[in-house]
Amino acid sequence: MNRYPLWKYLIIVAALAFGVLYTVPNFYGESPAVQIASIKATIHADTTLLGRVQESLQRAGIAQQGLSLEIIGQNPTIRIRFADADTQGRAREMLDHELNPERNDPSYIIAPNLLSSTPGWLQHIRALPMYLGLDLRGGVHFLMQVDLQEAITKRLQTTEGDLRTLLRDKDVRHAGISRDGEHLIVRFRDAATRTQAMGVIRDANADLALRETGTEAEPLIEAQLTPVARTAVQDNALKQNITTLKNRINELGVAEPVIQQQGADRVVVELPGVQDTARAKNIIGRTATLEARLVDVSPEGAAATGGAVPAPFGSERFTVGRGTPVVLRKDVIFSGQQLQGAQATFDERQQAAVSIELNEAAGRIMRQVTRENLKKPMAVVLFERGRGEVLTVATIQSEFGSRFQITGLGNTQTANDLALLLRAGALAAPMQIIEERLIGPSLGAANIDSGFRSTEFGFAAVSVFMIVYYVLFGAVSVLALAINLLLLVAVLSLLQATLTLPGIAAIAFTLGMAIDANVLINERIREELRKGTLPQQAIAQGYERAFATILDSNVTTLIAGIFLFMLGSGPVRGFAVVHVLGILTSIFSAVFVSRGIVNLLYGSRRRLQSVAIGQIWRPDSGTGSSARG
Amino acid sequence: MEFFRISRTIPFMRYALVFNVISLVTFLTAVGFLAFRGLNLSIEFTGGTVMEASFRGPADLEAIRTAIAARETGDFQVQSFGSANDVLIRLPARAGFTSGQQAEQVFATLTAHPNAGEAEGCAALHADYARFIQLPAPERTPEASAPLLAAQASLTGKCVELRRVEYVGPQVGGELAQDGSMALFMVVIGIAIYLALRFEKKFSAAAIIANLHDVVLVIGMFSIFRWEFSLPVLAAVLAVLGYSVNESVIIFDRVREHFRTMRKASVVEVIDSAITATISRTIITHGATLTMTVTMLLFGGPALHNFALALTLGILFGVYSSVFVAAAIAKYLGVQRSDLVRAVKEERTIPTP
Repeated sequence: MNRYPLWKYLIIVAALAFGVLYTVPNFYGESPAVQIASIKATIHADTTLLGRVQESLQRAGIAQQGLSLEIIGQNPTIRIRFADADTQGRAREMLDHELNPERNDPSYIIAPNLLSSTPGWLQHIRALPMYLGLDLRGGVHFLMQVDLQEAITKRLQTTEGDLRTLLRDKDVRHAGISRDGEHLIVRFRDAATRTQAMGVIRDANADLALRETGTEAEPLIEAQLTPVARTAVQDNALKQNITTLKNRINELGVAEPVIQQQGADRVVVELPGVQDTARAKNIIGRTATLEARLVDVSPEGAAATGGAVPAPFGSERFTVGRGTPVVLRKDVIFSGQQLQGAQATFDERQQAAVSIELNEAAGRIMRQVTRENLKKPMAVVLFERGRGEVLTVATIQSEFGSRFQITGLGNTQTANDLALLLRAGALAAPMQIIEERLIGPSLGAANIDSGFRSTEFGFAAVSVFMIVYYVLFGAVSVLALAINLLLLVAVLSLLQATLTLPGIAAIAFTLGMAIDANVLINERIREELRKGTLPQQAIAQGYERAFATILDSNVTTLIAGIFLFMLGSGPVRGFAVVHVLGILTSIFSAVFVSRGIVNLLYGSRRRLQSVAIGQIWRPDSGTGSSARG
Repeated sequence: MEFFRISRTIPFMRYALVFNVISLVTFLTAVGFLAFRGLNLSIEFTGGTVMEASFRGPADLEAIRTAIAARETGDFQVQSFGSANDVLIRLPARAGFTSGQQAEQVFATLTAHPNAGEAEGCAALHADYARFIQLPAPERTPEASAPLLAAQASLTGKCVELRRVEYVGPQVGGELAQDGSMALFMVVIGIAIYLALRFEKKFSAAAIIANLHDVVLVIGMFSIFRWEFSLPVLAAVLAVLGYSVNESVIIFDRVREHFRTMRKASVVEVIDSAITATISRTIITHGATLTMTVTMLLFGGPALHNFALALTLGILFGVYSSVFVAAAIAKYLGVQRSDLVRAVKEERTIPTP
């Protein structure tokens, strides 16, 4: 009765193999590396740069242990591993010198980093070390609240302008448009005009829900964004903010930044290893501005393009970005605030293009400018930290207003990039830091140490007790407990769930609870033996009877764990994840695996007289009688 | 080896009244403290700033208090944290200050009054730091902060080190408090539903009452001793609630079994014998789990201290209430042989028509 069929053993072996495979990366440690990413919007780290880096390293005689080009958070990044920190330092200095010839205007950020030295084949099956939370590795955490109401207000302001133009173009006379909270109110002099206006607005703008109100004498249309449009505006605003944050944070050269949406209107930013919060906040909160300007096509301007003569009065020369050098006039046609949207699309000849939408005011100016400057080039410049970077230079092909396309971009990738840059230049809605956490690296290390130390000590104490008290069965329990730990770490590594300090505590607590299951089983077996049941029978009964209790105990803790996961955040969620996963692995190891080991030890013995489960005391005999015979 | 050599039934129920009076008194005390004194809530719930600074030698708390009092008007707290060298400072949220600014200024205050022994080595760095935080935001470039960081690195362990800063905005604090209470409520409801499905009504009511009594006692202890009640502590309380409810379930399982086997015994005798039969197991399993939580309490460092404390207390109270409180409540609720035995018979007859 105490025999497992082969398939059950195969499951155990497979689980063990899985456990070892996915736990192993945690022991490989980290090797020093250098990470190269572009901080310019128009430059990307690519294979050409990879070749250049390789060549430079070779020329300088610096030995590297592996080079890779990966996309990290949308940003292509080159990572180079080195044997030791010293080589890393030399390589970093050399590459910084090589790739950023202009000290004041670097193109690349070259940051030291630590990479897991897990072999490639393990990384290939996604066997990576556990992902440590900020409380363990040190760094900065920000929770930012995005003011989505502001995004809606902005949108309504544009719509207000659009309605004005629309009604004027269609020759519908109104007595004024105003905005009241989330409503746009259009006044009319008579009901007939209002009916006409309803039709016009409905045809032109599907995003508005219209309602006829007011009195007979003063008819009104009350317009507000439809729920769908409202959600779309908010979603886009949040996405745009996240993209902008990503671009800015890339510049910090943080190894693995986390920028995630949390809830409907919040963004979490985690920057492991960053200590200088002031600087991080400075960069996150920076405002970039986008400006469209005309290219100075006067002879003086053309002469200044080469840089031989200074740019004429009222113009300036730009050297960074696409289509440079170029001399641009200082008058701004439109700025980033007036940009409503930028999307990569295709033009009528199916060529990649970016369609741009401006607000009403900018559209009017644009119409005038384009009428006067047909067939002349225009440029879009992104200003950050007082430096301008030209995003694109395009020729004005026709007269247009608030909606137009930039064509001739070559491929879709360029179009996508440009659209992203145009959008991401500025934040769509204001953001505010509502939670901030800075954990020093020494504290992180101390937390890991004390967390693991207490788990180790606890494990050792429990092991000693179990073996002394339950002898062989105790040893089996300890083995099952070790397997539980192995599986738990493997699952955590596989899921790349964030391990926090409460998470480590949850490991310890879960181990305590897992041993609980084995105590239950062993006590039951003893009880059966005490009653005089034959050993084989006692083992089978013990496992079966204890199972219901173990299940009960785990279900109630699972309930607690699940609600904690749903309602908790940050470190508490870390606790809940480990707790829930730990309960699941503990049922498997404490019941299924330990039974397997016991079966392997005793199952094949036909006439089993006694089992080594420690001394069994029987009340009737009054003296201790060992079950070990 | 066997620790518990119990040859006859221990009359737990004889002392039930005494224990119930003790429970009631402690319960009411805890409720009283919670109602009138409240909890020492962490900034996660209240909003505000907490910072941890590490000094080279023992920190002079009084000097730090005086220094901060000159700058901070609110009800701030300074206490040592873990060791005499580490200081934890809690600042209430202050209008007109954005995140981190408050902490930055207080840290500047701390560095302006260096502890004895570090004055020499750190004076220059502290002066630099003070100058740096006076700069307007745009001028705080990497170039400006680089020498500062380099200086700090070379002086590691000699000067005041800012080890941790946490800022929680008031709106987040309110939400966390709300989510926390929601979690507590949902866990209790979830467990009650599970027990109701799994068990007879009177028993599930008794188990829930007994274990809520533990939760109130644990939280009450945090109120009485003014220990900081943080989110991890709440998590620990909930986890331990799920864990210790099970103990009552085990005892009630035995009660049901003994009602069936001990046909002539009275209700009290059945309960006594059920508790006696499970007591060895109860103590050993909880002993094992306690071993883990106590090592965490001893070696887990200050960051895990209150968390481990809540777990440990929760397990201890859980054992106490399961053994001495739950069964007694079931008895007061009038549990009888017919409640259980009939139910069991029905269970058995239904599946086989």
